[in-house]
Amino acid sequence: MLRQLEGSAAVAETVALCRPEVVCAYPISPQTHIVEGLSDLVRAGRLERCEYVTVESEFAALSVCIGASATGARAYTATASQGLLYMAEALYNASGLGLPIVMTVANRAIGAPINIWNDHSDAMSQRDCGWVQLYAEDNQEAADLHVQAFRLAELLSLPVMVCMDGFVLTHAHERVDMPTAEQVDAFLPPFEPRQVLDPADPVTIGAMVGPEAFAEVKYLAHAKQMQALDAIPEIAADFETTFGRPSGGLVRGYRTEGAETIVVALGSVLGTIEDTIDELREEGVSIGALAIKSFRPFPLEEVRVALGAAKRVVVLEKALAVGIGGIVSANVRMALSGIELHGYTVIAGLGGRAITKRSLRELFGTAIEDRLEPLTFLDLDRERVEAELGRMSAGGRSGPHAENILREAGVVAARSH
Amino acid sequence: MAGADGQRVRFYQVGSFAAGNRLVDPEQRTVQARMDRSNTLTSGHRACQGCGEALGARYALDAAMRATEGKLIAANATGCLEVFSTPFPESSWQLPWIHSLFGNAPAVASGVAAALRAKGREDVRVIGQGGDGGTVDIGFGCLSGMFERGDDVLYICYDNEAYMNTGVQRSGATPPAARTANTKPIGREHPGNEFGQGKDMPRIAMAHGIPYVATATVADLHDLERKVERAIELRGARYIHVFVPCPLGWGADSADTIKLARLVVESGLFPVFEAERGEVTAVSPIRRQVPVEEYLRPQRRYAHLFGDPPRTDIVERLQEQADANIARFGLLPDDASDIDHPRVGSTSDARERG
Amino acid sequence: MKGPVAVSTFHSMEGLRPTFEVRIHGRGGQGVVTAAEMLSVAAFDEGRHAQAFPSFGSERTGAPVVSFCRFGDVPIRSREPIAEPDALIVQDPTLLHQVDLFSGLRPDGFVLINSSHGIEGLGLAELGERVRSERLLTVPATELAREHLGRPLPNAALLGGFAALTRTLELSSVIAAIRERFHGEAGERNAAAAAACFQRVAAEPAEVPNA
Repeated sequence: MLRQLEGSAAVAETVALCRPEVVCAYPISPQTHIVEGLSDLVRAGRLERCEYVTVESEFAALSVCIGASATGARAYTATASQGLLYMAEALYNASGLGLPIVMTVANRAIGAPINIWNDHSDAMSQRDCGWVQLYAEDNQEAADLHVQAFRLAELLSLPVMVCMDGFVLTHAHERVDMPTAEQVDAFLPPFEPRQVLDPADPVTIGAMVGPEAFAEVKYLAHAKQMQALDAIPEIAADFETTFGRPSGGLVRGYRTEGAETIVVALGSVLGTIEDTIDELREEGVSIGALAIKSFRPFPLEEVRVALGAAKRVVVLEKALAVGIGGIVSANVRMALSGIELHGYTVIAGLGGRAITKRSLRELFGTAIEDRLEPLTFLDLDRERVEAELGRMSAGGRSGPHAENILREAGVVAARSH
Repeated sequence: MAGADGQRVRFYQVGSFAAGNRLVDPEQRTVQARMDRSNTLTSGHRACQGCGEALGARYALDAAMRATEGKLIAANATGCLEVFSTPFPESSWQLPWIHSLFGNAPAVASGVAAALRAKGREDVRVIGQGGDGGTVDIGFGCLSGMFERGDDVLYICYDNEAYMNTGVQRSGATPPAARTANTKPIGREHPGNEFGQGKDMPRIAMAHGIPYVATATVADLHDLERKVERAIELRGARYIHVFVPCPLGWGADSADTIKLARLVVESGLFPVFEAERGEVTAVSPIRRQVPVEEYLRPQRRYAHLFGDPPRTDIVERLQEQADANIARFGLLPDDASDIDHPRVGSTSDARERG
Repeated sequence: MKGPVAVSTFHSMEGLRPTFEVRIHGRGGQGVVTAAEMLSVAAFDEGRHAQAFPSFGSERTGAPVVSFCRFGDVPIRSREPIAEPDALIVQDPTLLHQVDLFSGLRPDGFVLINSSHGIEGLGLAELGERVRSERLLTVPATELAREHLGRPLPNAALLGGFAALTRTLELSSVIAAIRERFHGEAGERNAAAAAACFQRVAAEPAEVPNA
């Protein structure tokens, strides 16, 4: 049923339809409305047989999910940014133990300096923890991916994080076709764990594994993500059949056929990118976009096929590997191994800086003329960074840049006292 | 009865109620003495000879299995117990058991309990367990959260007073003056572990107002079993803190494990008591008080107190701590304290109390 | 949910972009974010696509807040803040000379300012040269809110004024959205304030339809 509602509410209601048995909640901006929404639904009795546990930290949130999932309960939690880092140990534990937990990550920057706004640094920092990572382009997809996530997770015994841009999606009101309980029940069977803590059939879970078997366990974890490369499109196809709309999958091309230039991105920025592409196409520019929806497992083959015929690829990403450059672009480059084309990395939207159509037009215009640097920071305040770099070289021992910039930008009047 | 010169004479019974005594009435025997015990932590694990934790865990879990009729799930923190009991590909555990991380055993246990509640299987009970490091330090936040929510979990801490599995480093439960790998008595200013630090976990548990808190040692295994059984009777967050000597970490004889546990109680350094909702409800009185020195001497971790010159000043401070405990809990019978807790002297007393 | 409204109401959107973009300015605690949400729900109720989101500042009471709403007949993909609004709603006139509220305003854009003063009284005569003067209006929404709600919360009232000024949404849709957001008595009073504001702006009678 079509409704106009906040992204967080759409996710909360959809997760509720997935019949979770244990929901853990620790609040962090910008995920708070999701856990609040689920609390309301549980209290109103709209969620049968669901235990809602308010925990004392994100580390506890995922740990409670681990205990619950190991006991055969469908478990869910949500977090962002600092919270995701705080549960980092548990992330690896959950994937290592093969527990099909589903978690929403309301993508947000990581401090220091503290920043509550959207970028992808949080999920990117955990790209190797063994979880499947899916990225939603809009709130419809954010809701839909959770349904697919539970099914994928339980099929493969692998935890799945559904990434949706914090504030940009979580706090945006837009139209969502909300699934019905019947549709979700038809699509998502009850959780049947392979191994469960049950006095009737005791098992030992979490024993130490030494050098003689650890490599094999890790290999199998990788193999399982490779299986996900098949499972994700299958589930997406089945979703389209059941719910009547395309959603999820590994990648999605937009006007990429015959495109000379293809822009690659994840998440909600694709909307603005597509608007920009339409305008440029009107002007005769041969340009398209590739949305990567599954970042882990990374669909090397699909990316190669989508981009291989282009002359240039611009990867626009909302995170940065400090010390080397792009993260998504490094993965994309791997997919294009052996293929010659111009590749550009653009770091944009860090810490919630708006990505505007105007900036994108200018950026793409520069790109199609191959006047772009290999690594660019979109809309960077060059004056400010150059001033700070100048200070650094003048006197060594830079100290923290954020505080330095704030000091310079600070109210001059305060200093006169 | 009075002796010839009017001196009070006390008689103790030692040995009749010893664990495993087959002459004892079946009803009074420990769970361990029964043929139908669960052997929850079965043989073949890799614990050191004389390991107090292995002893305590075996007793506690078999008692819990009996009390729950085998419907029990355990979540275990990283540490000696987890490591020696599950050397891949073997496991000593004969119950459903999960080890997740070092700091999250209480939270994992809470998750298990939540799942059981969601599935309408609250007949199955949950134990969270770990060593002192995993409980009072890295797991403290999760433990406090579990207490605060009142999750239906019995958490058992096996306290051997240091991070033993990683090589005997100091924890928040390491007593003052104890030598560990990073609290060595180097120079006169460092008496081993510092005074004025450390967490009194049982009293912190009591401060959460949870239904049941108890301390126990492996010197009185009847008592430990009884407390586990009592805890299982109740619902909500419950905590048992078990003193378990570590021969290797303490530099003690592996044959002295139970003796050291008895001495720590008799010295007053480790009060044995029960509490409900923040109020002490019963204490185990000291039957024959010993000076702390008698407890400290057999352990090489305190050897620096008895060297040349001896650190009598430190021993005195430790004696003061013991005396303070005795006063606070009223651990000496017939002493002039105001405290009037029911005494728990032996299993016979417990039986009479019903 | 109603079907699309008759074309005549949307003559003002012909020749413009397929979406109508509104930017709302106010201070934290004045319901600026809720106003944008209600606008989007009103548009949705008319069968339109709509998107509403706040500028995500630290939301302290009293701090300047901006919210955005786009609506139209095509799916909305863009996520960028509204840089070139078709309409501005200014809930708090004390912002007028503190923040550049009018940045990017389209030449035939609409401006609705919550104030009992006129445009000249607010020192905005210059603005009258940038935009079409019949599209630049003040309305005493806070006073109307006080009258109908008993509280100085003008956000819902202003939406009624917006509907009258821009003719991009029906008053009935705005009222339906208000009722969805505020239940019971609060919904009715806010709806009455919106109708009163519509009436003021349109200088024509306006009734609150039955719930």
